[in-house]
Amino acid sequence: MRADVGLLTAELHRLSERVGREARFMEVCGTHTVSMFRHGLRSLLPPNVVLISGPGCPVCVTAQRHIDAAIALSRVSSVILATYGDMIRVPGRLGSLEASRALGADVRAVNSTLTALKLARDNPLREVVFVAVGFETTAPATAAALKRALQEGVRNFSVLAAHKLVVPAMLALLASGDDRLDGFLCPGHVSVIIGAEAYRPVVERHHRPCVVAGFEPEGMLAGLVALLRQTSEGTARLENVYPQVVSDRGNRAALELLDEVFTVADEPWRELGVIAKSGLKLRPAYERFDALARFGVELGEDEDHPACRCGEVIQGRIHPKDCKVFGTACTPLSPLGPCMVSSEGTCSAWYKYGRTAVGRAAVGGAAL
Amino acid sequence: MCLAVPGRVLEVSGDRARVDFNGNQSEVCMALTPQASPGEWVLVHAGFAITMLDEADARETWKYLEGVDPRDIREGAGTEA
Ligand code: SF4
Repeated sequence: MRADVGLLTAELHRLSERVGREARFMEVCGTHTVSMFRHGLRSLLPPNVVLISGPGCPVCVTAQRHIDAAIALSRVSSVILATYGDMIRVPGRLGSLEASRALGADVRAVNSTLTALKLARDNPLREVVFVAVGFETTAPATAAALKRALQEGVRNFSVLAAHKLVVPAMLALLASGDDRLDGFLCPGHVSVIIGAEAYRPVVERHHRPCVVAGFEPEGMLAGLVALLRQTSEGTARLENVYPQVVSDRGNRAALELLDEVFTVADEPWRELGVIAKSGLKLRPAYERFDALARFGVELGEDEDHPACRCGEVIQGRIHPKDCKVFGTACTPLSPLGPCMVSSEGTCSAWYKYGRTAVGRAAVGGAAL
Repeated sequence: MCLAVPGRVLEVSGDRARVDFNGNQSEVCMALTPQASPGEWVLVHAGFAITMLDEADARETWKYLEGVDPRDIREGAGTEA
């Protein structure tokens, strides 16, 4: 059985005294961010343990050029544009998909790539375009749908490929040199696919501890204890405190499927620009499913809202509250940036939870 | 969007299975966990089982999911509709 919250919290406080300085850890994944808040864990942390949210919310890291391309695709008259729900409200240069839908575009929220594929089968006279965003947790589902589409000869299905890879983003963040991070709390469900060993380059090249943790309160606290212990010892190791679910090498079937359909490519991220080898593009055998080529839509440049500081938020450089429009011009009901749209976005999490008593305690203890 | 939800496999046919999520059933694609059989627990993300897990861990995760927005759980589990 795992240690309980009380014991883990006591251990965190003991270790934090031993560290005797501020320790800054990045939770790479938006689900960790939200889960920390929901369980009130931020208020249990020692004051010198600072949690920073990283580039791990799929909606938040999607470059505006991809949002704009999705909107352009939704305006092609034969197209049914299918996407995970959160994407629909993200503002692009030409408005959001929601606004596009209000103007008559056929935009549908789906829970699975296979639902999108079924839409294509059920609507043979239409073209179904799936907006393929997300990290390695989500990318195998896209690969599986494409493989099935190829096998079944589904011709009216295509994808806007915008998948991202977690580890290259972490490496890029560290390579920029001004991260002031003491370690990473690595996301459990991405790690199910890529395996704990995938973080080895972060540990070896940049000497930062990486700890894979689940999303339950005990799992996250155990992850923080492991990170703080390493900080106190001055070591940088790879640890996996979620071994019941995450293996060293990940899910082989999923990785093979990814490799069959996609190849690693340079990829644009929201405000971070193009990060080398941080995304997935279709292999030649699957290029026929490329929605951009099929409809002649070009990926433009990004022109983010001038007031929005999501780029700095997702790199942990600023706190959402440092953004002038946080909670005023930008709220979940009328978001200016993607970090306020997604329920896993850092701005949305602070808007929702950061203003409660727990949140205030957390601001005192864990603000940037 | 990255949430994955545990469910119990009820029946498998080909690479599809019916999976029970705390009383709600959905069709799930088993292409990534071909070794799972009825009675076993899988972690499901966007309509795909991404790994197997044991019953104790599955139940523990459900305890944690009790506070989660049901919409997020539905999204996590996904469905072929
Ligand atoms: S508060 Fe809104 S505008 Fe400011 S960084 Fe967050 S999402 Fe962008």
